[in-house]
Amino acid sequence: MIGAPILRVVLSKPSGAIGVTLVVGHVMLAVLSPLVLPHDPIAQSADLILQMPSLSYPFGTDRLGRDILSRVMLGGRAAMLIATLATLVAMVWGTVVGLLLALIGGRIDTHMMRIVDALSSIPGILIVMIFVAALGVGAAALIPILGYSYGLSVVYIARAAALDFVARDFVLAAQARGEARSTILIREILPNVRDTLAVQGAMQWSWLMLGITSLSFLGLGVAPPTPDWGLMIADARGVMPTAPWAVLWPMAMLSTLIVGVNLAADAFAKALGVDQQLRTVAA
Amino acid sequence: MTLLRVQDLTISRTGSDAHIVRSANFALDSGQTLGIAGESGCGKSTLLLALMGVVKPGLAVTGGLVHVMGQDLRLIAPEAMRRLRGQSVAMVPQSAAMALTPTMRVGAQLAEAMAVHDAIPPDTIAARTTTLFARVRLPEPDQIGARYPHELSGGQMQRVAIAMALACGPKLLLLDEPTTGLDVTTQAGILDLLDELRRETGMAMVCVSHDIGVLARLTAQVAVMYAGRIVEDRPTANLLTRPAHPYARALMASVPRIESPGLPPSIHGSPPPPGETGRGCAFAPRCSRAHAACEEEPALSPLTEGGRIACHAPDHGPLAPTEMPDPVVAQEAGAPIIAVRGLVVQYRRASLLSRLTRRSLPDPVLAGISLTLAKGEILGLVGESGSGKSTILRAIAGLWPPSAGSITLDGANLPARVTERDRTALRRVQVVFQNPDASLNPRHTVREILAQPLRLYFNASPTEVEARARRLIADVRLDPAHLGRRPAQLSGGERQRVALARAFAAEPDVILCDEVTSALDVSVQASVLALIHDLCHARGTSCLFVAHDLAVVAALCDRVAVLHRGRIVEEGPARTVCSTPEHPYTRSLIEAVRRASDVRAHSFGES
Repeated sequence: MIGAPILRVVLSKPSGAIGVTLVVGHVMLAVLSPLVLPHDPIAQSADLILQMPSLSYPFGTDRLGRDILSRVMLGGRAAMLIATLATLVAMVWGTVVGLLLALIGGRIDTHMMRIVDALSSIPGILIVMIFVAALGVGAAALIPILGYSYGLSVVYIARAAALDFVARDFVLAAQARGEARSTILIREILPNVRDTLAVQGAMQWSWLMLGITSLSFLGLGVAPPTPDWGLMIADARGVMPTAPWAVLWPMAMLSTLIVGVNLAADAFAKALGVDQQLRTVAA
Repeated sequence: MTLLRVQDLTISRTGSDAHIVRSANFALDSGQTLGIAGESGCGKSTLLLALMGVVKPGLAVTGGLVHVMGQDLRLIAPEAMRRLRGQSVAMVPQSAAMALTPTMRVGAQLAEAMAVHDAIPPDTIAARTTTLFARVRLPEPDQIGARYPHELSGGQMQRVAIAMALACGPKLLLLDEPTTGLDVTTQAGILDLLDELRRETGMAMVCVSHDIGVLARLTAQVAVMYAGRIVEDRPTANLLTRPAHPYARALMASVPRIESPGLPPSIHGSPPPPGETGRGCAFAPRCSRAHAACEEEPALSPLTEGGRIACHAPDHGPLAPTEMPDPVVAQEAGAPIIAVRGLVVQYRRASLLSRLTRRSLPDPVLAGISLTLAKGEILGLVGESGSGKSTILRAIAGLWPPSAGSITLDGANLPARVTERDRTALRRVQVVFQNPDASLNPRHTVREILAQPLRLYFNASPTEVEARARRLIADVRLDPAHLGRRPAQLSGGERQRVALARAFAAEPDVILCDEVTSALDVSVQASVLALIHDLCHARGTSCLFVAHDLAVVAALCDRVAVLHRGRIVEEGPARTVCSTPEHPYTRSLIEAVRRASDVRAHSFGES
């Protein structure tokens, strides 16, 4: 889908190269870390509470004496998995609805978009809290809720990107031929908005990562004792003055991942020539 | 002092020896005019920009010099260059609609053009704005400055752009396709204005156009460019009647002429891509007079009767009758395939609010049109923009449902909307759009583009699609290698051929052509017209050919209908309508075509 020439353009700029390196590093760490863990991430030890970084515990230990390095290595896995699945849900329903509305146009489009406006005005975190309060904490339950809530913005992006093309003659030509609406969407419009949506998907993923980590921080996301950056920050914030390392490491991991994804997505947007399109949509 | 001197100017792609413009040489004094003619991609716009000291990114001046009023543009300081532009040299851009800022009143834009160059005292700017608007013959010159560009017509926007170029009284005016995209009558008005302005001010003009008619009207001298080189450079009248370079001759012959209906001959092959020329004469591969000597590039050498030519085998005869258009064989009128009765199309129904406030309904776009298209016939539909000609075509295609009237296909009623038509009816009527850049999906290969109708109408299997696509691509005289390319890798003419192949893939009874040649070069237009003619006649396909250019319609069509403000004002055999027009509107249309192209009506070189 993305060819070698595009990758070469992305890597030729420092920001693109840094972004791609950070993302690849994080993904490799998340996948491979179970094989190279220095310590058991869950094992507690009363002797090792809040140890300073040392040779055997390079990142120090936390309030319960667990190895922070091992926990930080694994701490992104659960959130990344939820973010990936929720992004898929958000992209699929957001794209289908956005493209359909763009193609149908007219009154249906106007009215549906007002409904989307209204739904977007309800903060996503509020919806999640209501659902969690009703259904209880569970990572699996988060996926459809987050997917719905983050998909609303995909509707805007997909619709706006497609509007650029629905008025073009090749869509008119397909209509004149008598092609089915689904064929026009999939064969004529989707290939033209694919790059925009791919970049948008990467952005969505980074926002979802932040969102899920925030939920975990609030105690609504990943359940303990699973190592998770949001949980780790929540857990260590009380001891921040005496043991700042316990908060700093998970924060550094989360920020490098988010910055990396955004840098890489920006570079890909420029290389694919869709940055202008995204900017007009955002404005 | 010579106003403009260009000597051995060579412009190349940076970091390669691909020359876009090669050793251009010419000079111009005050009041003199030069036209630059040639097909797209021959380097004429690059050359024109260089006269303002501008080269596009990726290009660089690699040799020669441009002197404007004795100053070498390559040595001039940026500040002096800024003063030079506007006060000494000004340019009218190709599309005024794109060049004007949409959110700024045109008066303010004109004032800005004056203020930038500090040549005009600020307190006189307002008065000068009015004077300039009056000079470009805009109505209500003291009021029109308060309008926004979208409140003006295309011709008026072009006049504003000309006023901006004239703002600081330039000595040299550069024109890049000054009338492209305008109606024939509007075009004639703009050309008249430019000619008058030149006489009044005594400024020199360089005009780039692929339309020989425009150059004939504006310039005393024309340089024909091919593959980055000037190949013939002569007084206009001389060049138009007795061009000597085989390329110039072919170019002249490919212009459809209203006096002699019939298909103009086209030039075989296509020009080399910019910068990719071999050692010999660049035109030799397409030239019927090429011989051994042409493997050496000919120098641009003087002609005895004035002017210069770069050719080893010039043809000094008048444009021979054999090179003049072949008359189209008129088809025997068969039974009607499409019959349109009392077609009325209106803009969307008036809103409740405007009905309550009793505002009048807008005029209908089409007011009761009736016409028939016979089997195997090519019917031309001519009119200015806004006359409703494209609306008729869209109504027949089912893309714009009429508010009244009926359309029948082979006697059977054709539902108003494309979504209500059955697959056979859809297959039998195919549309070809104006601009192939827009009508071909940029993400599809040619193979995929041709496969769509084959799969939709014939449920063709992959092997069958491949076989048929190959046959179609050969039918439109393209190479099978084109099947794997995307539209961006094709030239404009090739893209329109692909669009035609897609329409014919459906094996239609009727094709509807909407201004299909208006975005193409004249020489390419000639070959596309010939292709449409051959495809329709070979298959007995009927064609409704919509165009704004009467000469083009006359060249291709058996019958012509002239449309004016939503009504058909005249209808008849193409030849009769062009030679003995009945309706005053048809007469004014023909007059405008003549005025824009007929050299003999004007004298040259006087000031």
